[in-house]
Amino acid sequence: MRAWHFSETAYPYLPPQDSYPSIRVSLPNRIYDPAKGAALYDRYIDEWLIAEDEGVEIMLNEHHQTATCVDPAAPLMLAALARLSKKARLLILGNPIANRRQPVRVAEEMAMVDVLSHGRLEAGFVRGVPYEILPANSNPVRMNERHWEALDLIVKAWTHHDGPFSFEGRFFHHRSINIWPRCYQQPHPPIWVSTTSTGGAQQVGAHGYIQATFLTGFDTTKRIFDAYRKGWREAGRGNDVPIDRLAYAALIYVGDTEAKARAGAEKLLWYVNSNKVPLHFSNPPGYVPVAMNMQLARGAHNVVSAFGTKQGTVDGAIEAGTMFAGTPDQVLAQIKKHWHHVGGYGQILIMGQAGFLEHDDTVHGIRMFAREVYPQLKELFPGTMPSGVTETSKAAAG
Amino acid sequence: MKTIKIADVELELHESGQGSPVLFLHGAGGFTPQQPFVAPLSAKHRLIAPSHPGFGKSSLPEWLDSIDDIAHIYLELLSMLDLKQLDIIGCSIGGWIAAEIATKVPERVRRLVMVGPVGVKTGSADKLDIPDIFAMPQTDVDKLLYHDPARMVPDTKTMPEEALTAMFRGRETLALLVWEPWMHSTKLKHRLYRVKCPALFMRGASDGLVSERYLKAYAALLPNARTHTIPAAGHVPHLEQPEAFASTVLNFLAA
Repeated sequence: MRAWHFSETAYPYLPPQDSYPSIRVSLPNRIYDPAKGAALYDRYIDEWLIAEDEGVEIMLNEHHQTATCVDPAAPLMLAALARLSKKARLLILGNPIANRRQPVRVAEEMAMVDVLSHGRLEAGFVRGVPYEILPANSNPVRMNERHWEALDLIVKAWTHHDGPFSFEGRFFHHRSINIWPRCYQQPHPPIWVSTTSTGGAQQVGAHGYIQATFLTGFDTTKRIFDAYRKGWREAGRGNDVPIDRLAYAALIYVGDTEAKARAGAEKLLWYVNSNKVPLHFSNPPGYVPVAMNMQLARGAHNVVSAFGTKQGTVDGAIEAGTMFAGTPDQVLAQIKKHWHHVGGYGQILIMGQAGFLEHDDTVHGIRMFAREVYPQLKELFPGTMPSGVTETSKAAAG
Repeated sequence: MKTIKIADVELELHESGQGSPVLFLHGAGGFTPQQPFVAPLSAKHRLIAPSHPGFGKSSLPEWLDSIDDIAHIYLELLSMLDLKQLDIIGCSIGGWIAAEIATKVPERVRRLVMVGPVGVKTGSADKLDIPDIFAMPQTDVDKLLYHDPARMVPDTKTMPEEALTAMFRGRETLALLVWEPWMHSTKLKHRLYRVKCPALFMRGASDGLVSERYLKAYAALLPNARTHTIPAAGHVPHLEQPEAFASTVLNFLAA
């Protein structure tokens, strides 16, 4: 098992939630104080580096026009971390390539960070959440097709070393592609793709890329991982799916006492409870299938909401499998239960900072996880085992 | 409605009435033969009304992603139906399609009716000509669409399955077609000089999407166009005030 400290570099100093209709897309940036923002960047970078000192890897992501994640150009933050960190793997999860106009530029940025970091990059690619559509002015229809064409082009740009090649696809067109530098890692850095749909996961599995899923709890995660394993096997990659191909992201807080853990966990919920987004931003046309919109129109619960209602409390989130929080023993038991339910994964992405979880408490959570939980996870779930072996899982659970 | 095949598009097509041919090009809400203007127009003309690719039951091929693509499909439709000359009525994005067709084959268009049309950029760069209906709650969109939303907004909870499917499918296709540049082609305004036939640009007085200023600026791009306002109607005067709409159109086409 490999663990990653993930921070969204949030800007939490906001007016009362009922004073604005959306925390994303339309929240005026006059609310953002650059001096406070600069201090936050310093702090969040420090926390990533403390995680590195504790043996945890570094993960970051990208969102736009939002206070929840003030990292609209994640490759820039990645470049800073490439020079400030020394040994941690650097995961960007990821590049929203269906929303980027030039996949070749993304290939260049990633190759450059790979060289800057002396080969520590893990390059992730995401379709992007629906509220990224308007900031990117990106057409929400046929995003998936654009995503895969862009990714194929990026891989080709990374792996082609004999002078310019051309690409004339459905969505992207380049006459002369010949990126400098090329990647430090050969043939290219590990590729991650996040998806929350089974169709998407099957496709990721067929490509053999690392599949990450965020806050999808017990049953949805199992469905996604099952689909990945199916795609992997059907593509002829063999029966055993290496466990490091699967990653799960949860809100995680470990405290040395139950009271401390509970207090930290409550603050982490900011990530869920601050995500106030109206339907016209969370459900642009074409983002979800017509059938799902029909359910909505017929009065179904908001099926396009990122979070279920019960995930808004610590107990509810733990029960849903979107949060692991408590003392080291409690957190270990929660992760084991989830791990076995979904068939196993080799990467755990720790949403370990949110909102008003202050620096000292964030560091406490990182250290408690790294020192009291992580060693046991590595021993229980070594990176060499296959994923999805039900019998093995049951035996281990017993 | 019957289906005909044009290129690789399975196109749903309605035809009713007799007389000189009129091509009706619907807006984003789609077309059904039950719409209230169909009977009065069919009483005087041969009405030809396709569902655009991706709307109604018409298929949407993978390659198709622009209003101009649809205009080309309809050029082939005119050839297949052997329509040497005809009148065209286009509503909203249907007006945009009509304008694209007219710039390509101006000699085939006898008279042109544009109803709350989009398709050109006439105002300043720092303000959308057409409000962004995808960046506001549906209740706000309804206020822009209708003079009387309470009477006009469909109830999605009780709407038949088929109509609801068409509604969401049409919404998705609309986004595909008009997303960028928003609701216009940068080329169209420079081609409209070719459309010399008599043209009537009309809008509902309460249309919150197509302003009076926009309509006038659009009409001014054609050498022989005039404007008309229909009272107590929004963006879809043909649905909200069908009698006034039909009589205005029939008078214009008969002139």
